[in-house]
Amino acid sequence: MEGKKTIEKKESRRTFLKKSALASTFATLAACGSDTSWEEFFQKNFRTLDDDDKKKIIERLENKYTEKYGKKFSVSSKDPIDETLFGYGLDISRCIGCRKCVYACAEENNQSRDPQIHWITVLEMAKDKGVDLFHSHADYDRELVPEDDHFYFPVACQQCENPPCTKVCPVGATWKEKDGIVVVDYNWCIGCRFCMAACPYGARHFNWAEPDVPKDEINPVTHYYGNRPRMKGVVEKCTFCIQRVREGLYPSCVEICPVGARKFGNLLDPDSEIRYILKHKRVLVLKEELNTQPKFYYFY
Amino acid sequence: MTTNRKHGLSILIIFFVIIVTTPSWISGQESAKESQLIQVPPPPFSEDIFPCTECHGDMEPNPERRILEEMHDDIILKHDEKNRWCLDCHDKKNRDKLHLANGKLIDFTESYKLCGQCHGPKLREWKNGVHGKRTGYWNGKKKYLLCAHCHNPHSPKYKKMKPEPAPADPMKGRK
Repeated sequence: MEGKKTIEKKESRRTFLKKSALASTFATLAACGSDTSWEEFFQKNFRTLDDDDKKKIIERLENKYTEKYGKKFSVSSKDPIDETLFGYGLDISRCIGCRKCVYACAEENNQSRDPQIHWITVLEMAKDKGVDLFHSHADYDRELVPEDDHFYFPVACQQCENPPCTKVCPVGATWKEKDGIVVVDYNWCIGCRFCMAACPYGARHFNWAEPDVPKDEINPVTHYYGNRPRMKGVVEKCTFCIQRVREGLYPSCVEICPVGARKFGNLLDPDSEIRYILKHKRVLVLKEELNTQPKFYYFY
Repeated sequence: MTTNRKHGLSILIIFFVIIVTTPSWISGQESAKESQLIQVPPPPFSEDIFPCTECHGDMEPNPERRILEEMHDDIILKHDEKNRWCLDCHDKKNRDKLHLANGKLIDFTESYKLCGQCHGPKLREWKNGVHGKRTGYWNGKKKYLLCAHCHNPHSPKYKKMKPEPAPADPMKGRK
């Protein structure tokens, strides 16, 4: 009699495993935040999906964002334009370091205000030192710019032709698109931050907390790989304003720059501004020795 | 022999095709490029200052080189001021126009032609979209700015401005 009682109390190995598997699944789901739906949790890598699946995801996201921010959202999944390879030019002789691009970028691309994420970092450099990252400052606080004897060197994603960041991603959540833009599938990103360690330009940024963008400042015109609202625990970066440039528009940093130091165009079009710059101006790329082959050209 | 002749014939045909098609192709491309251009906002006049003839219409022009004291005394010329003054660019007879060095009258909307007389390389770069600001479409219609939209023609050095705030200290609250 005594022996039988103990057997009844004991859980079989099978039930124990079943229960613990269920419990851990729910724990993971719960940890992902209450607004993560079942479909979202089991969503596949966006790049591998067919148009129907993409459409369903886009629809779900549009509804989710519209509900969250009280504004009609559009999430584009527009593919690259044929025969297009984007290149960017920045005239370091004309940039005055006003940082207008930094904030225009944050507004256009829905970057978290607190904790603050900026895709563009403007470095102040002394003219007598030249392009010298070691002696540059991002936190300069001047009454007026440009400061005498200094020049300014904005740095964002260099959209490398040979990007080190995409190679280290263990899950394939980031890659280079046909038009040269390096993108992230935020839903597939596991937040390991290997890409941030691999990027020699400090161009990738991590959402350490739930991104905070005021409802009245959110930009509802978005792209899946671009400025759609991100979540805590994913990496984000400059996409040349993918939501704008795939529609033919200039990136918003180009639009805002008060001195017209920022240039943008199609490297495959011999008549483009960027090709004119490459042909006629003195051009340099940042950290050329690393063979990342940036498509972001500084010139003067 | 025959193969050589055949070769010669096909080369001739290719030449002919190139000669016939090239000009139309080039001009077609140019017109496409022209149509993408140019939209320029109106010149940046101070308020209520244009047309100039509103005041100058009945005024006898005084061609004597001098510093203006009664009117326009807010304009401080800092643009090769030792060698130039108002009527070197503004036309004496037709007050609503500017004139080039050769006397040709131009509208204020074409002032870049006047600037380009001295600043040739800058004008060339502006026309190619390197100097100056272009907005709109990278693959279509663009909006340009005139020289005078960024550079005050009387004092063209670009003015210093207050920068946006420095990025937040990432170590804030963790020191």
